[in-house]
Amino acid sequence: MEATVMPRSWNLETKPHKFCPGCGHGLVLRALGEAIDELDIQDRSVFGCDIGCSLLAWDFFNLDSVQTHHGRTVPVVVGLVRANPNLIGIAYMGDGGGYAIGAQHLVNSANRNDKILVVLVNNTNYGMTGGQMAPTTLPDQVTETTPYGRNIMETGAPTQGAEMVTAITPEGAYVARGTVAKMNRLKKMFKRALLNVAEGNGFSFIEILSTCPTNWRTNARDTWKFLEEDMTKYFKVGELKVPPTLKEE
Amino acid sequence: MEKPIVEEKRVFMTGNEVVAWGAIAAQADIMYGYPITPQNEIMHYWTRLAPKYQKKFLQTEDELSAGFATIGGVIAGKKAFSATAGPGNTLFQEPVSMAEMMRIPMVVVIQQRGGPSTATVIYSQQEVNMTTYGGNGEGMRIVYSTASHQELFDCMIKAFNNAWKYRFPTFVLGDGYQAKMREPLVMYDPQDRGIELIEPEIIIGKEGVPGRDRDPVFLRNAYSMEEELYDVLMPTIEEYDRIAPEITEYHSFSCEDADLIIVAHGIVSRAAVAAVEDLRKEGVKVGVFRPVTLRPFPEEALREVAGITPNFLVVESSNGQMARLFKEALFGMEVKMDTIFKPGVGITSEEIVQQVKNIADSGIKTTIK
Repeated sequence: MEATVMPRSWNLETKPHKFCPGCGHGLVLRALGEAIDELDIQDRSVFGCDIGCSLLAWDFFNLDSVQTHHGRTVPVVVGLVRANPNLIGIAYMGDGGGYAIGAQHLVNSANRNDKILVVLVNNTNYGMTGGQMAPTTLPDQVTETTPYGRNIMETGAPTQGAEMVTAITPEGAYVARGTVAKMNRLKKMFKRALLNVAEGNGFSFIEILSTCPTNWRTNARDTWKFLEEDMTKYFKVGELKVPPTLKEE
Repeated sequence: MEKPIVEEKRVFMTGNEVVAWGAIAAQADIMYGYPITPQNEIMHYWTRLAPKYQKKFLQTEDELSAGFATIGGVIAGKKAFSATAGPGNTLFQEPVSMAEMMRIPMVVVIQQRGGPSTATVIYSQQEVNMTTYGGNGEGMRIVYSTASHQELFDCMIKAFNNAWKYRFPTFVLGDGYQAKMREPLVMYDPQDRGIELIEPEIIIGKEGVPGRDRDPVFLRNAYSMEEELYDVLMPTIEEYDRIAPEITEYHSFSCEDADLIIVAHGIVSRAAVAAVEDLRKEGVKVGVFRPVTLRPFPEEALREVAGITPNFLVVESSNGQMARLFKEALFGMEVKMDTIFKPGVGITSEEIVQQVKNIADSGIKTTIK
């Protein structure tokens, strides 16, 4: 049992981390760190993080890391691996970074089947800026910019991002939606996604349902209820696209 | 692999083709680009040359992506560059500001077109403000303004060299005329001429396991505290000021005994030189001062020629974007400035000759102190 041991690929000097109490980022980064450890790819992996809460991960790992601009992590990581294809590029962002301001980069990188892993943490709001509506905000969900609840007739329905990426990626891509409520499953997804990139098969994308009690203004019980009951109604958890090379597992 | 340029090669080609060859001569590794007129042929020539010389290219989804992917290529340790114009230059200011903060030696070629907005795809000198000072905050960058195809070729080599030597993002500022017209130049292998090429360096993705064999590299541009930011910015500003004299370039032509000095940059300076040649034949003592680097601006040299004569005629295809740099450089000196400002429109030597004659007849209009 090594349940309480931090991943080897974590940078212990920057722990405890800077995320809010109850935030899901730490869990996501734990699963990612364990996957990097188990695949033994710490020497080849490089980490790019976005603006928003994800930027707090800029010195999270013992990985060469670059913190970029809001929405621009995908092109930086794409530029990196195009110049040095031996690297395993990981682009880490929130739902705003991936589905709003950086959507064009996600769409085109997915369509190009770039050999990178995009990790998108979905907590249904813009956390760092104080809890505004995100593309993933649920119908009727109260945020700072939807104080009477999200009206989907005016502002659209929650972005089905993983489904979109599934639809536009060619064969060789790996697409999944995980949740911080299922950590073993999430780690397995990370391993398969990273392996897919390491073997040069194609684009890998994981959206992860995560928690934001600070901006949801929820206690522990309601936080978990929102994650497991409300979010999963709109966002189906599981593997959406698995390349033939990974099928056997 | 066949050497791209053996010894010296006299050629006759468009400026966009020169840029591609200049990048090859500078041993650039990878270009990231997005189509916009008038720079498109840079990509066209680069993609034709690339496989022959083991170079790479990626056509991105927009200029934001081209700029940020160029940063990715640079931190991977490659000589990476891009090219754009007009509204593309606007989008480039975002990645370039990140490069300024993180000292990323990206090289970007701008072929100026008319503005604001989409305007014309033809020509202008209206991208001086944005190319020299376009980012948010107060970033440091190097900007060359070229006047000929030979200089375009030379400046591509200088741009990569100075970007990697000093670690500031570097622009080569041309324009639509230079992009599209053909003229002769001599291409050369810089090393054959004894020009040392600065080697790029891997910044992200070095050998070994980070945290075990070596420290991890953490690049960031976000800071929590005012003082933290100040402590990052001030050494950068001081370093830029210190190295500025090593980068600054200008040309002066017939200024030694001039009663009036025409100040122009880029291709407009050629009309100014032609005007001076005509006027000198008539005994009118005029000269031309041309900043080659718009950033750093050749302040000291300009102040020196202002000691020869206080009479200036500033000529540019914009509504005074370079004139602003000129006035700042001469702050505190008493000089007189007349102007020909034609935003987005070319300027002929005849117009300049006529204006000089008008000035001689009517006296200089504006005095700045």
